[in-house]
Amino acid sequence: MELLNFVLEAGFWVATIRMATPLIFGTLGELLCERAGVLNLGIEGIMAAGSMAGWTWVYMGGDLWTGVCFAAFIGGLIGLLHALLTVQLGLSQHVTGLGITMLASALSSFVFRMLLPKATTPPKIIPFKAFAIPYLSDLPHVGNVLFNQSALTYLAFALVVVVAYVLFRTPVGLAVRMTGENPMAVEAQGLSVFAIRTWAVVAGSALMAVGGAFLTMSAFDAFYIGMVNGRGWICIALVVFASWKPGKALLGCVLFAAFDAIQMRVQQQSGMAVPYQFYLMMPYVFSIMALIIMSRRAAYPRALLVPFRKGER
Amino acid sequence: MRIEARENVSLTLRTLAPVVAVAAAMAVCSVLLLWAGASPLEGWALMLKGALGSRFAITETLTRATPLVFTGLAAAVAFRAKLWNIGGEGQFYIGAVIATWLGAGSFEMPAYLMIPYLFLAGALGGGLLLLVPTLLKTRLQVDEVVTTLLLNFIVLLFVNWLVFGPWKDPMAMGWPQAAPVVDSAVLPQLFAKSRLHLGFVLALVCAMGTWWFMRSTVWGFEIRAVGASPRASRFAGMPVNAVIVRTALLSGGLAAMAGVSELCGVKGYLTLDLSPGFGYSGIVVAMLAALHPLGVVASSLFVAVIYIGADSMSRAINISNYIADVTTAVCLLAVLVSMFLAKYRIRWR
Amino acid sequence: MTHTVLKLQGITKTFGPVTANRDVTLELRHGEMLALLGENGAGKTTLMSILFGHYVADAGTVEVFGSVLPEGSPRAALNAGVGMVHQHFTLAGNMTVLENIMLGTEPLTAVRHDAASALRTLRALMDRFCLAVDPAAMVRDLSVGEQQRVEILKVLYRGARILILDEPTSVLTPQEADHLFATLRQLVGEGLSVIFITHKMREVMAASDRCAVLRHGELVFEAVTAETTAGELARAMVGSEIPKPRRPEPREGDEILCLQSVGVAGAGDKQRLRNCSLALKAHEILGIAGVSGNGQSQLADLLAGLVVPETGEIIIAGEGLERPTPAAMIARGVGRVPDDRTGTGLVADMTVEENLSTEVYRLPGFARRGVLNFKALASRAKQLIEAFDVRCPGIDTPVRKLSGGNMQKLILARILSNAPSIIVVNQPTWGLDVGATAYVHQQLLDAAKRGAGVVLISEDLDEIFHLSDRIQVMYQGALSEPLATREATREQVGLLMSGNHASGASRCTSGSNDAGAAA
Repeated sequence: MELLNFVLEAGFWVATIRMATPLIFGTLGELLCERAGVLNLGIEGIMAAGSMAGWTWVYMGGDLWTGVCFAAFIGGLIGLLHALLTVQLGLSQHVTGLGITMLASALSSFVFRMLLPKATTPPKIIPFKAFAIPYLSDLPHVGNVLFNQSALTYLAFALVVVVAYVLFRTPVGLAVRMTGENPMAVEAQGLSVFAIRTWAVVAGSALMAVGGAFLTMSAFDAFYIGMVNGRGWICIALVVFASWKPGKALLGCVLFAAFDAIQMRVQQQSGMAVPYQFYLMMPYVFSIMALIIMSRRAAYPRALLVPFRKGER
Repeated sequence: MRIEARENVSLTLRTLAPVVAVAAAMAVCSVLLLWAGASPLEGWALMLKGALGSRFAITETLTRATPLVFTGLAAAVAFRAKLWNIGGEGQFYIGAVIATWLGAGSFEMPAYLMIPYLFLAGALGGGLLLLVPTLLKTRLQVDEVVTTLLLNFIVLLFVNWLVFGPWKDPMAMGWPQAAPVVDSAVLPQLFAKSRLHLGFVLALVCAMGTWWFMRSTVWGFEIRAVGASPRASRFAGMPVNAVIVRTALLSGGLAAMAGVSELCGVKGYLTLDLSPGFGYSGIVVAMLAALHPLGVVASSLFVAVIYIGADSMSRAINISNYIADVTTAVCLLAVLVSMFLAKYRIRWR
Repeated sequence: MTHTVLKLQGITKTFGPVTANRDVTLELRHGEMLALLGENGAGKTTLMSILFGHYVADAGTVEVFGSVLPEGSPRAALNAGVGMVHQHFTLAGNMTVLENIMLGTEPLTAVRHDAASALRTLRALMDRFCLAVDPAAMVRDLSVGEQQRVEILKVLYRGARILILDEPTSVLTPQEADHLFATLRQLVGEGLSVIFITHKMREVMAASDRCAVLRHGELVFEAVTAETTAGELARAMVGSEIPKPRRPEPREGDEILCLQSVGVAGAGDKQRLRNCSLALKAHEILGIAGVSGNGQSQLADLLAGLVVPETGEIIIAGEGLERPTPAAMIARGVGRVPDDRTGTGLVADMTVEENLSTEVYRLPGFARRGVLNFKALASRAKQLIEAFDVRCPGIDTPVRKLSGGNMQKLILARILSNAPSIIVVNQPTWGLDVGATAYVHQQLLDAAKRGAGVVLISEDLDEIFHLSDRIQVMYQGALSEPLATREATREQVGLLMSGNHASGASRCTSGSNDAGAAA
């Protein structure tokens, strides 16, 4: 009963939407890569790099929005490396992705330590503030929840619409989806499979990096080593859960964040009856469960993980 | 740009490729040394000296290589069967947890029984842990990459609970750590005044054993066949799912043995920093070795040199010791590219 | 009226040591239908892939309407008015017909699809050429014949003036093939020019204006079709005479394999099997004909032990099979040759020796207490590659380096060395050259002579008629009554392939014990 009241509180939903934001960016980014047929296991590292790059930019005196752009740029750059290896050369997407994650995480930590060698308590920046959209935020019930958020959260929601539109209503989107289904069909219609996959991975990776940047520039105000903490892997599970559809991805992220918010609340209320570590396990357990639930229905893009080589016989 | 398969890949090319790759990776990472204001040659020399410059340094490097041999073998065996076990870190900790559970005073046995017992029990635990995602893969086609990765986080939180909660050692002055294992469970040192322990010998034996197993046994043959083509293996009458389950037990077991070895050989008690990512480094080790069990020994020595060397390098010049993580990651990617270039030729026209 | 629209000049292409095309020069004239003839592996598809930009030639140029095409660019070929219908369709099954057709026809920078006008254009095309397909249908739900129609529409939609079809009839019934050639005739009548690739003499003589023959990558013969004969073409195609496999006199044997009203669920692209019955005798070759995608692959999987029947029973040598698995099938003496040699039949990355061992490595003599006996496996492998004339540098060669013919010999060696009583082959000569085809046919005939029963699943009617004692036709997952080959005609089988057959199924003369008791 108490829990029900809690779920009906606006504060719960505000927190849920906030916690969903980095997942939305990450899930959309991964979805874009996978729709083109490339699994991007670099996501965990790319989010770390994004969180470090954006934060450092602002800490060094840049403003918030150019910081977001810088994070996206760094993410795109790492995505380009992933695409060079997996798309152009056709290397194993599994191993390359893990390598990219190791490299990007290690580089983020390395650069952070080199720039701020003496920092014992992490220095802080002034992050994005909640921005109430005039009139809309005054709406009863939903106003405060949906329209009194950080600007990056609005961006995430807008991107769901944009990605869905691009994928399903534009020629580029058709080409991306077709590349994930049958690259030969794309090649036979005179389009470049390499170019489409490369750009999809670059764009997707940029989105992941912005998701990482949200952590340091909006959710918190400092960078910690290891702060992505598996969110990237959770996004990969969410893509499967969403059946590679942007709308469902949004739903999945919000649902996931809501469960996360509930478990935090229960954790506070139950005192020490159940150790807090078990609550912290919940997001990972939920992700595995989401994968199990969707396992029978998962309709993977047919060409996912399959490298394309021109003129191969 | 065109990519063409090479006709005949000579042995020289295949052996040379990883060496060239590592050299290229070092060259790339030299940029970071330059950024830190050090000369790259001096930096790498410091690293070598720190890792191999004295008898003590060498034993430290071998000590560091020990768990990497185990986790490297774990990844090599699993990847050979195309079972993407990225859960080495979690299996490592399960091995350590079981060694603590059984070895920290609940009963006594002479060392010659206790040590094999802990290793076997730990290996069983690691194998069973990997069995969960493996069964999800064979039964429900749930992708094991994500599930094994997520299990790492779950296991680490479980260990977190143990060392802060029920297993917290009251004698440890408030530090989150479990009680130490009994004397009979401690792996004997190989030399005086060094930390190198019996686990190293055991790791070498495991590498030899794994090599023989994969090459010469019916089960090893099946693992290789299933990894190369599950469809053709199934068609030829092999029990594909059973082969994958066996692979999982072996791979998870090997990774867990790293945990037992590290706990009983180096630290003595369970903490949250028992592994600085040995499970993940095992993947690098396996790939550098091109999944060859004997190659794993060489590549874990190499990776250990980087880590031990980076520690002393970072003390000598003003550079973060994350340079070691960066270098191994670049090595991994470079070796992937080099193995590709050994098989294919790129033509520009 | 007969100006040149397309000119291939001095095309040479090698893949490693294999020369696929050597100095080929070929012209296509306005409004003509050119047949490009040659046996498998003669380099026809490679030549057309170079023309279309999938491959880059080592030497030579492609000239369309007087201007040279940049190499390696399908886009340039499309823009110049060349359209290609590939043998393996380049369609995405999980997309609609319209999406497949529209792909790549709009500028990628456009912010919106114009599906409405695309649909109008498409409908006009469909009406004009009598090529009806539902534009909103998912491609995976279409029959193979309809999918080919989509491929042709795709090319026409882009306004192609030159149409290339790679083995277009290999997936069609004889009647559908006639319809296809009528459509192509109509296109030629409207001023298009057509090249079609084939290895079937009958089609060349019936449909083409002119024909060109490739052999071992070289253009060896070119003629106006009306001025040549099938015999002349055949000699040009093969070069030397290949001895025809000798057929032994048919002998009656005991029934060794029987399917009783077997049903199997469909999976993915695979058609479900309905109520399939067949009875195979020793010494007999039973041909299973049908258009691709009518359940042949499910039938092959069933007999390979890969899928479990939902209903009905498999009876081998009078005994019902409880739970078929590949291992159980091997144990009961079923030798299986799949259609997909590199993916299913062989582990392409493993060696010749290892591949020859995959069905026997567990047997005593080859393994002891779980340890392999390399000596025994190696000597067996050496014996087999000798006996079956597998051309390879050594038993350590990875199988992927072998030619298609040698791979098939390897698979035959593997199964025939087990002296199977039942042999199930699926498309055994697909992609093989004439010599290898003759070898495979001879092996199957010899095996039947020795007393094995052979189930020959093939989409090649010539092969079916050539080898089989009896023929059953597969249509939408059901098997027709068997026909004795010597009484059957191509037309009759062709009609069955398109579904015009009386219902009913063959019966086992002897069945499992229960079936026997019931009778």
